Amino acid sequence: MLLLDDPGWIITLKALIVFVVCVVLTIMSVWGERRIVARMQMRVGPNRVGKFGLIQALADGVKLALKEDLIPAAADKIVFIIAPIISATAAFMAFAVMPLTGPVNFFGEETVMQLTDLPVGVLYVLAIASVGVYGIVLAGWSSGSTYPLLGGLRSSAQVISYEIAMGLSLVAVFIYSGSMSTSSIVQAQQDTWWYGLVLFPSFVIYAISMVGETNRAPFDLAEAEGELVGGFHTEYSSLKFALFFLAEYVNIIAVSALATTLFLGGYHAIPGLGFTEQWLGGWFTLIWFFIKVLFFFFIFVWLRGTLPRLRYDQFMQFGWKVLIPVSLLWILVVATLRIISTTSQSRVVTFGFAGVVVLIVLGISTAFENSKAKRASVVHPEPAAPDFAVPSLPSEITTINVSQRGGDRG
Amino acid sequence: MADQNESNSLQPQGSNEVDISSVEYEKVDQPGPKSFFVQLQGFWLTFATMFKKVNTVQYPEVKEPTAERFHGRHQLNRHPDGLEKCIGCELCAWACPADAIYVEGADNTPDNQMSPGERYGKVYQINYLRCVFCGLCIEACPTRALTMTNEYELADSTRGKLIFEKDDLLGPLRAGMLPPPHPMYPGSTDTNYYNGDVTEAHPSQEQK
Repeated sequence: MLLLDDPGWIITLKALIVFVVCVVLTIMSVWGERRIVARMQMRVGPNRVGKFGLIQALADGVKLALKEDLIPAAADKIVFIIAPIISATAAFMAFAVMPLTGPVNFFGEETVMQLTDLPVGVLYVLAIASVGVYGIVLAGWSSGSTYPLLGGLRSSAQVISYEIAMGLSLVAVFIYSGSMSTSSIVQAQQDTWWYGLVLFPSFVIYAISMVGETNRAPFDLAEAEGELVGGFHTEYSSLKFALFFLAEYVNIIAVSALATTLFLGGYHAIPGLGFTEQWLGGWFTLIWFFIKVLFFFFIFVWLRGTLPRLRYDQFMQFGWKVLIPVSLLWILVVATLRIISTTSQSRVVTFGFAGVVVLIVLGISTAFENSKAKRASVVHPEPAAPDFAVPSLPSEITTINVSQRGGDRG
Repeated sequence: MADQNESNSLQPQGSNEVDISSVEYEKVDQPGPKSFFVQLQGFWLTFATMFKKVNTVQYPEVKEPTAERFHGRHQLNRHPDGLEKCIGCELCAWACPADAIYVEGADNTPDNQMSPGERYGKVYQINYLRCVFCGLCIEACPTRALTMTNEYELADSTRGKLIFEKDDLLGPLRAGMLPPPHPMYPGSTDTNYYNGDVTEAHPSQEQK
């Protein structure tokens, strides 16, 4: 293990680098998001502050920091202050287990750019993400105000619901890689194909639930401007608001990094370009890693630029009634396939099982479509008229006013 | 239900009422949600739009001309010899729905002839904090003294600066114009001015 013989100063330096990378990436991604969404809407986006508006987010940060820091009179002061700190801290901590590079020479020491490698690294990420929910719930509750409370509740319900689907989608990865450590999952993908291809349904479910998990459009119900003003952070201003903002973007980067690690082969080059991993003394793998992370980030922005916000009940229904059952069934299939392929050498059994699964899925979907068509064709009988007095319905109106001269003045 | 019908038969239809069954209508077909792949077209739309030309005008650096009849800042026009067209009638002020215009007229005298005829606008103010650029003042003006330019950069730092005086509103002196006050073109009346007979200042006026 390269990580175990790291001296203390390297660990400190790595922690600093992880922090700096997160902050810089946040600043750049805020700029990038605004530019990309702007282009999707035929605008140019921020282009005034610095070259191409690159330091726009920095300027916004300075502006936020200089603003008045308000604490509502009804707020629970201590919790109100702690909440954004919990949110931001949890967001940063998730990055500790991400393997950013392969083996590299770091100031004369052979190491990998990964702060720590836990045997249950992915579980740790999930756990930290759950802790992050506390920040949102406490922020909503401690504001002592209605909209933040509702936003906080929505947000927590949302994150908890989609965390289940997310966790379930990861189970298939654990089954295939035989590990929960991020670095060994990356290694395991080198032996086969990327899990994004092998476990495509898992990948899709993860990709959907990571958007739900980070409260991003089209799942940004927690801060639905039209309904809840700003959601859980309505009462926040100045640096405390900036912390929430930071946490949101670091979270996006973190789930993108996790998706990269688990499904797109982590820091490894795309198949066929493996020779590039040796460039720059191995540091080129860092570039591969960030290319993949930014790809996911682009997907986030693309979704935001394309889809309208979901209705809350539809969103919950989708999470609980579609994503979770499908996840469970998929795990069942994956686990069975895994058992078959490890115990028996015969390919026929594997393909036979896969074929049966496909047939079952087709059968179910056909039956579903049939029943839907049948339900649509049922004619609902008119209920009998009640024997008590009722006001007339609009459908019972038999005459309408029509102006003889045209217009409403008649 | 039965009561409803009875009351209908008792009450004669009004002259402006028609039977609802005689109104034509078209049944709207509601096909329900589109297929998944049709919905994916939305993603292609936003993606393709990224590579299209943006609509933004980089405003302070690039200024696109306004529409020809854009309602911008007002201008008080002059006759070709430089006399003011405004006769101080206050019709613009009366027409103004926002009460943004203030006019004080005064008499022209032989040694202080500002406009052809008897009267001229002594004080002319437009308050651009109030003006809604509706153009009713322009319609009201009997001498075409008041028109609107296409200038729209009217922001300023104080309220006082946004009350434009006559000096701010008067159009520039063009070739052949003389700054008033000066007498009318020799041998002409104000009618000649309105008929467009006066095309430039008389040389004798320049001597004065």
